[in-house]
Amino acid sequence: MQLERENLLQIYYLMRLTRAMEDRTRNLFLQGRVVGGVYTAQGHEATTVGAAMTLRDGDFIVPQHRDLGMHLTRGGSPRAVMCQWLARGNSPTLGRDGQMHIGDMHHGIVPMISMLGESLPVACGVALTMKMRKRNTIVMASCGDGATNTGQFHEALNFASVQKLPIVFVVENNGYAYSTPTYKQFNIENLSDRAKAYGIPGVSVDGNDVLKVIETVSKAVKHVREGKGPYLVECKTFRVRGHSEADKADYVPQELREEWLKKDPLPRFEHYLEEQDILTASIKAEIEEKVKAVVDDAVRYAEQSSEPDPSTVADYVFAPDGPVAIIGEPGAQDSRYVNSLDTRTGQPFNTMAESDVFPLEGVGQR
Amino acid sequence: MTAVTYLEAISQAMREEMRRDEAVFLLGEDVGTYGGAFKVSAGFLDEFGPERVIDTPMAENAIIGSAIGAAIMGMRPIAEMQFIDFITCGFDQLVNMASKMYWRSGIPTPMVIRGPSGGGTHGGPFHSASPEAWFFHTPGIKVVYPSTAYDAKGLLKAAIRDNNPVLYLEHKLLYRLPELREELPSQDYTVPLGKAIVRRQGEDMTILTYGAMVRECLKAAQTLEDEDDLDIEVVDLRSLVPLDRETIYNSVKHTNKVLIVYEDNLSGGVGAELSAIIAEDLFDYLDGPITRVAAPDVPFPYAPPLEAAYLPNADKILAAVRKLAAY
Repeated sequence: MQLERENLLQIYYLMRLTRAMEDRTRNLFLQGRVVGGVYTAQGHEATTVGAAMTLRDGDFIVPQHRDLGMHLTRGGSPRAVMCQWLARGNSPTLGRDGQMHIGDMHHGIVPMISMLGESLPVACGVALTMKMRKRNTIVMASCGDGATNTGQFHEALNFASVQKLPIVFVVENNGYAYSTPTYKQFNIENLSDRAKAYGIPGVSVDGNDVLKVIETVSKAVKHVREGKGPYLVECKTFRVRGHSEADKADYVPQELREEWLKKDPLPRFEHYLEEQDILTASIKAEIEEKVKAVVDDAVRYAEQSSEPDPSTVADYVFAPDGPVAIIGEPGAQDSRYVNSLDTRTGQPFNTMAESDVFPLEGVGQR
Repeated sequence: MTAVTYLEAISQAMREEMRRDEAVFLLGEDVGTYGGAFKVSAGFLDEFGPERVIDTPMAENAIIGSAIGAAIMGMRPIAEMQFIDFITCGFDQLVNMASKMYWRSGIPTPMVIRGPSGGGTHGGPFHSASPEAWFFHTPGIKVVYPSTAYDAKGLLKAAIRDNNPVLYLEHKLLYRLPELREELPSQDYTVPLGKAIVRRQGEDMTILTYGAMVRECLKAAQTLEDEDDLDIEVVDLRSLVPLDRETIYNSVKHTNKVLIVYEDNLSGGVGAELSAIIAEDLFDYLDGPITRVAAPDVPFPYAPPLEAAYLPNADKILAAVRKLAAY
């Protein structure tokens, strides 16, 4: 993937936005304005933004809870994210679910659930559909080191391999599954070695180096897009904060955290961009201003949105009858299909950024 | 036109739907080359090819999860569980991923999970399951259980065309039962989900039942007519979710007594919920206690005498009806 100056600044902007959104979400949590748990991914930004930057129109992400960066890179709306955290009635789940459990099939995002690893077989079904429909699109499915221990992970990788499905599996190894360090989880050095068991390629990369992530994942994407079957990329990173904001993560040795903080993907990339004279002081200030404006707008929007109407509590258990479009085919968003709009509201799915609040041109190559 | 078995009716429904709609496909263990453990999909691989008749690894999470992924893409997968008992291996995909998908995201998930269910074939504790109660309890999954060849075909077609996850339970004892052979309409038809049917009209008591127990109840009703001069109404629920309360309530209001017969374990089963809603809504109409005949609360046993002692049957139903009729 050739990266132009504009691409590099986009990447930097998206990484900054991801961190700023999470910093703000944490503050909202500490202020008691987020009703449930908050799970953030400080340290993952190079992995999530970098991996998603390699995709193009028609591709899908099947993200997990620490993948805000993937959502934003693929055009996900900061407003929708904040409405979701604040359990607003106009959130993508209409207040039914929280966290990053957001999806929109027309924009290639499959909503996750809390049982980690469980999205991976679902990713196989999305990829199977692409294969059956003879498309040139691919799926990027991510999970953490913890989820690689589930049966779901192994069933998905094996099935994807046997069926030669177009999936890039991105494993974000951040050192801990909640409080459990990797040495208590598995007895191998690199999670990319898991790929060998399924006869697919697997590589490990420094997940805190965004350019390395992009370079490595791009190779995987190329392989998968050529119809050669799935590919696994392990991005080695570190979860700087706790599993959730309720977790002080005092089980992490101080020196280990300090070592990883030195490898923080944002200053690293910033330093590189400054050295290359791409990120000047004035551009940096401009980006910071935009990031702040977007986050402020998202929070303001969410706070001004209503809570869900309690009288709707029994609604939406079953989808209505009617023709269903095959997602991604011509006319799939024709209103005669019951999956063209969010039939719960009669409106388009509420997950994509409005262009007026999304500041950089062509972000995420949508 | 030839009379077909319950199994052939299932096979016909899938074949016709796959011909009608290219979004419909089948995946599961041994469904392709082998034609399925019970040969429900015999010949499908030749007709539809390996992309639409997918032999999967032995991996229920991959099967159900892939079906969900394809369904949210707008396909209409049919995922076969080789025996319905094995649905537990993919349980979470159904109860957490599929069932909540539309409710929380607005994304329809049109898919069918089907498989051979029920006992009476000496399958033992792991090949005889009646798993309906787990899914009956889970909002977001429809559950159907046909008892005739006509319904087997019509309900499966309706399930495939539905925009939600549908658990389609087929009773393996009924698969090739000669007495269930019947001629089916040559034109396309469906049996709508959520509609019960009165199999036998009567005045003295209502029996609510489904699946293979319908047959046992009809046998018992005939004996009761012949020997006791009792006129029993038998309601075949066909769909457990959605439940046809109207047909249930009309029947119970008419007969004023109700017996509920199901093959699953007694406690916490579908019959428990039926009892509760009748007690809540029809208390004034009842002339006797709501009564249940079901399997005891033990795992499904293997040896024939134990299996016979375990399963409800016409004799056990007769005894329960006679006791209830005395009120």
